[in-house]
Amino acid sequence: MTRIKDIATAYLPAEGLQALIDTLRQHHDRVLGPRVREQAIRYETISSVADLPRGVKDEHEGGRYRLHQGEEATFFGFVVGPDSLKSIVYPPRLTLWSMKRSGHEGTIEDQDEPVGSTAILGVRPCELAALAVQDKVFLGHGFEDPHYRQRRERLFLVAVECLQPGAHCFCDSMGTGPGVNGGASWDLALTELVGDGRHGFLVRAGSDAGREMMAKLPLEQAGDGLEKARETALAAAAKSMGRTLDTDGLKKTLYDHVDHPHWEKVADRCLACANCTMVCPTCFCSNTMEETALDGSSAARTRVWDSCFNLDFTYIHGGHVRRSVKSRYRQWMTHKLASWQDQFGVIGCVGCGRCITWCPVGIDITREAAVLQGKPTKTSGRTTS
Amino acid sequence: MIAAKERTKAAAGAADPMRPELYRVQRSRRESSDTFTLELTPPRGYKPTPFQPGQFNMLYMPGVGECAISISGDPADDGVLLHTTRVVGTVTRALNGCKAGSRVGIRGPYGAPWPVAEAEGNDVVFVAGGIGLAPLRPAIFHVLAHRRQYGRIVLLYGARTPEDILFKPMLRKWSSRLDMDVYVTVDRAEAGWRGNVGVVTNLIKRAPFDRLNTTAFICGPEIMMHYTVLEILGRGVNEKGIYVSLERNMKCATGFCGHCQMGPFFVCKDGPVFRYDKVKRWMEIREL
Amino acid sequence: MTIHDLEPILREHPFFNGMSDEHVRILVGCAKNIRCNEGDFFCRFGKKADEFYIIRNGKVNIEIDIPQQGSMTIQTLEDGDIVGWSWLFPPYKWNFDARALQLTRAISLDADCLRNKCELDHDLGYELMKRFSAMMMERLQATRLQLLDFYAGPAGAKG
Repeated sequence: MTRIKDIATAYLPAEGLQALIDTLRQHHDRVLGPRVREQAIRYETISSVADLPRGVKDEHEGGRYRLHQGEEATFFGFVVGPDSLKSIVYPPRLTLWSMKRSGHEGTIEDQDEPVGSTAILGVRPCELAALAVQDKVFLGHGFEDPHYRQRRERLFLVAVECLQPGAHCFCDSMGTGPGVNGGASWDLALTELVGDGRHGFLVRAGSDAGREMMAKLPLEQAGDGLEKARETALAAAAKSMGRTLDTDGLKKTLYDHVDHPHWEKVADRCLACANCTMVCPTCFCSNTMEETALDGSSAARTRVWDSCFNLDFTYIHGGHVRRSVKSRYRQWMTHKLASWQDQFGVIGCVGCGRCITWCPVGIDITREAAVLQGKPTKTSGRTTS
Repeated sequence: MIAAKERTKAAAGAADPMRPELYRVQRSRRESSDTFTLELTPPRGYKPTPFQPGQFNMLYMPGVGECAISISGDPADDGVLLHTTRVVGTVTRALNGCKAGSRVGIRGPYGAPWPVAEAEGNDVVFVAGGIGLAPLRPAIFHVLAHRRQYGRIVLLYGARTPEDILFKPMLRKWSSRLDMDVYVTVDRAEAGWRGNVGVVTNLIKRAPFDRLNTTAFICGPEIMMHYTVLEILGRGVNEKGIYVSLERNMKCATGFCGHCQMGPFFVCKDGPVFRYDKVKRWMEIREL
Repeated sequence: MTIHDLEPILREHPFFNGMSDEHVRILVGCAKNIRCNEGDFFCRFGKKADEFYIIRNGKVNIEIDIPQQGSMTIQTLEDGDIVGWSWLFPPYKWNFDARALQLTRAISLDADCLRNKCELDHDLGYELMKRFSAMMMERLQATRLQLLDFYAGPAGAKG
């Protein structure tokens, strides 16, 4: 094997994946990657290729998610689990600061410790798109969130393109996948190719850091054939998306249909459980809680994820603005697909399909949008209404 | 060392917009049975950002929590910060219990102000309902301090009962001015009340202002603002000359927590003061 | 003050805006100038409603006396406002008190006179009814808003 310096595209045989993990581990405080835990694929610390869910396939249905151990040798043959980069850059629970009291006096101390650099292997293109959306929310929107910034700035992202989309994927509709395409800047992008008796990764660098990393990997020259194979595989993947969402005029459709009877129908099924907002890689709402020592000597402010599906979300002295589940579902979907565009200049949905999978009753954002758009919808399985 | 490591100069030390400064309660003054004004002074060495009329702060009570409260003092007076509020929940109840010397966390000021500069040259009509007089008061101070820049100045104020009328000494002072018209009304009164009875919207049809050159600043319960706007529009004022101040649940005041959204707006940073024509569409949608 | 002095006052009053000169002259025939001192009643609950009033200047409270509580004010009326519509419908009795809060000058219009004129001239009756209906709607709406008690806020606040 030869070491290839200053090259933008190369081939990493599957046997070289461990070298990639090792190199990431040498240069970063922690290395995260997909790993099976609690019967789901999560972002966990990894140290070896053995940690990766090799051959594991994920089955997605409305309200159903199952993993199966398949026979394939691929390392990245699944789509997305319930985790997203969101929980890494924007922790579900974070103590912001605390206050010590003595008499009337008080001192405030920051509680968010500096975090180490984090390399993440296996970031899907829709995840990169979601990260770019979150950048706009936390860094590009007037105020800046320093907690997000310090985590965000210390990421080294190794993307893996999607060649086998899932039943709930619609990134092709959203222009966020299946190949890396726009989205947050990445350091390395891998395309896992199997064929002609070879298994390995087409590797591209998206940053100087990525190029430097490539220089340390056991890479081979990538021929034109591999690039062609990648393009063919991505084109096939784009065609095999399980879902589609027509974004044309979507904002106007949602704004013009606040009183559409379909909201009631969705509300009849919606449990207001907030699962969709928890698994959504772009949902950013939070609450701040007061935590007090029993003796009153100290108090801390802790930020936790919140959801627009919670009744108390809109509480103002004595009443709630969004009392009905209908109004809360409408808020979530209209925010995600319409008002997000006014607020941040981008649509809030990246087409990952998590909200469909993790909805206990299988409410399907693509289908509900299609109903509002007056499009004929397929009635299938649990995603009917 | 590769670039990834070099990028590790974290912004961990950057200022957290969620972190308050501990102000000292100089005085707490009762305004009515359930409203009070806190006078607060900043900690030594801390230079507060000057506020603009209509802006609000997040007030933090250690051990209890935080809530958004509008600033009710004079924007020209940078010595003392005034917050007038009603006891409506746990945080405001705790704030009401503050004695001189207590510490209250303050972060802000936040939000879009009343556009007092844009109103220059116009008659200015303030319509306040209940506690809504508090967020309007800094704007009233401002226009009176720059009296020659404005045409007629009219304050229409509706309270629940005579007992609930805020800032009574100040209202008396303003009423006695020859260059300001003050009309106060209450929804209900017992014998002995010599002022007006009736809803605040009743006052609009008689209020002296030039419909073609008027800016109206309205603050009160949303339903009161809705009817007030209808009356003012009925007088022939353009909807671009009408401003309302909205209230929503706010946890962060910086556009991150998502709670205060109203259609495309974050009330905390796009508002709380909105020009009516921009927010009309969203105010008309139920449970938005 | 003579009837000739009342004519321009009625003609210019917004309540009669758009009425024909002929109709205004008929109204003037039923009108007289009155004044109430502070505390005096224009009309009292239960008494015969034989007039209505146009406030020229002053302040009038629409009140009701509640046993054991004293008088409660429903609404304060001022310059240009109309007091009283009980004269329009049987049994022609006042449902509330109207009391001058300060020296108040007004024009009173005689109900018998007006009712007779309206029976003879339905166009006049319609013109008057249009104006009274609009005013009653406005007062009803204001009363509804008052009922909302919107500064009280919902009970059980916790925020």
